[in-house]
Amino acid sequence: MSDEGKQLEIVSDQDVVRVRQLVRTVSVAVKLSLVDQTKLVTAASELARNTLVYGGGGSAEVATVNNGRRQGIRIVFADQGPGIADLDLALTDGYTTGGGLGLGLSGARRLVDEFDIVTDVGQGTTITITKWCR
Amino acid sequence: MERVPVLKIGDILLVSIQIDMEDQVALQLQEDLADRIVSTGCHGVIIDISALDIVDSFVGRTLATIASISRVLDAETVVVGMRPAVAITLVELGLSLPGIRTALNVELGMDLLARQRAEEYGDEDDEDEDEADTPAVTAS
Repeated sequence: MSDEGKQLEIVSDQDVVRVRQLVRTVSVAVKLSLVDQTKLVTAASELARNTLVYGGGGSAEVATVNNGRRQGIRIVFADQGPGIADLDLALTDGYTTGGGLGLGLSGARRLVDEFDIVTDVGQGTTITITKWCR
Repeated sequence: MERVPVLKIGDILLVSIQIDMEDQVALQLQEDLADRIVSTGCHGVIIDISALDIVDSFVGRTLATIASISRVLDAETVVVGMRPAVAITLVELGLSLPGIRTALNVELGMDLLARQRAEEYGDEDDEDEDEADTPAVTAS
């Protein structure tokens, strides 16, 4: 079960900031703890930047979810970019093709409760993350 | 584009990041700081991040790069005011900011820089004394 989410386009640096701010607002609304808010906003920042830099732009959809016991936040990042050829490698700490630290994808996965990625070469990338209230 | 101001206080450049920075703003700060270090000859840089509610890998990398550039330009960088939740998240993200000196607040950061500078001057004083001694010995 989930509320209707809010979608943001990611086509510029400013949009990455907007994604952070939206995720922060929703995190406060569902009463995530301060540390969990910080982790989720940081993960969203990494993935929004990836969508922009590697995916050539895309979108983020932020929604609240409820599994019957707990409330949480689900964010879906989608792009129509080149996709990821070797997912295991892309999820390895320190691996990068873009001159970064190679912590975005692997680090973001550590910061959330659920992390799902669907990608194929030429088919774009969709990453879904969820953080539940404790 | 917004810009982060760089303030000169004595021998120190103080940067207090008060906005949610776009990546370009962070890169601009890197350039502005390098320019100001050279134009002022300051030996210390304090970056106050107490207003930042997150530090992601991009900002973390920018801080590390600023520290490295400063060092090459004979200035020491101290990052101050990191929030506890930010520290927890950074470490879990996999960034421990190696090579960056930190202090809990601006005041402690200034103390740290002053202590370091005093130690360096202390060494230079010793050298000066040695130089002063040498001609005295030759003269007698």
